[in-house]
Amino acid sequence: MARWIVILTLALLAGWTQAKEAAPAAADPVLEARMQRIALELRCLVCQNQTIADSNAELAVDLRNQVREMISRGDSDQMIIDYMTARYGDFVLYRPPLKGTTLVLWFGPAVLLLGGLATLYVVLRRRNRLSPDQFEPDPDDQTPAMPTPAATATRTTRPHD
Amino acid sequence: MKKLKFLIPLAVFLGLVGFLLVGLGLNPREVPSPLIGKPAPAFDLPRLDDPAQRVRTQDLHGKVWMLNVWASWCAACRDEHPLLVEMARRKIVPIYGLDYKDSRAAGLQTLSRFGDPYVVSLFDADGRVGIDWGVYGVPETFIIDKAGVIRMKHIGPLTPDVVRDKIEPLVRQLNG
Repeated sequence: MARWIVILTLALLAGWTQAKEAAPAAADPVLEARMQRIALELRCLVCQNQTIADSNAELAVDLRNQVREMISRGDSDQMIIDYMTARYGDFVLYRPPLKGTTLVLWFGPAVLLLGGLATLYVVLRRRNRLSPDQFEPDPDDQTPAMPTPAATATRTTRPHD
Repeated sequence: MKKLKFLIPLAVFLGLVGFLLVGLGLNPREVPSPLIGKPAPAFDLPRLDDPAQRVRTQDLHGKVWMLNVWASWCAACRDEHPLLVEMARRKIVPIYGLDYKDSRAAGLQTLSRFGDPYVVSLFDADGRVGIDWGVYGVPETFIIDKAGVIRMKHIGPLTPDVVRDKIEPLVRQLNG
């Protein structure tokens, strides 16, 4: 009985390892890796927040095949990227090129952040130069100049207040 | 001038609001095509109804024509289909179909069931020509001028407004 279990387990394991190895063996791993690297740079236009490497949309499958084909034809990475942008525009690039129309896209956030930091710096420095009596006293501050809680209490209960 | 300095944050804020408002109105599905103003990508495709006959881009040179990318599996194509039939009836512009990633039988069946507005339907079984034309969401419609340059692209189903306000004036201008 035990022998049968061992044989059965081995048979199942053999099938499992075979199945695992079958997929990568089907294609050239070097080509596949290069295709994957290029596909990670390209946006799938059907499901726009995925790369064509991640997406299972039919168009993404087609475009991956197109990339594979161009690689095996001997095209350079740049030629493949150019092929895609000629058809789908800069929008397919996850790293859009730096040019006139993309300046706001590239530098807008940095300009906003730096502007905000500069404003904060100016405001804080101006505030630092003000004398202390320009500020409202802090209610939690237990300085002698402030009335004690007890004194406040008695004062508020004064009849003619 | 110094008195107006307090308005700067408001101006910055309004600028941001402007950007966001424009962004709200944009449709991220409508990616501007880099092909507008460029020569239409060349193709050499069999007809849907007759695999033996082929149609090439140069066959269409010298006239203004419309390419409508469709498929039998595309539900939105069915929405715009009556409009295409109407356009064909009014002879606004010769409409060429590109049956994209479809089976011949299903494509022909769709045309016989809903009417055939196309001068010719080209059959792009593997979607290769679709990729060349930058197609990513069927239906898509292109207007091509006499010199074979793409002048307009519409993504998604056509609407009567698009036909009346964009396609008809453009075709008139290109033919005039």
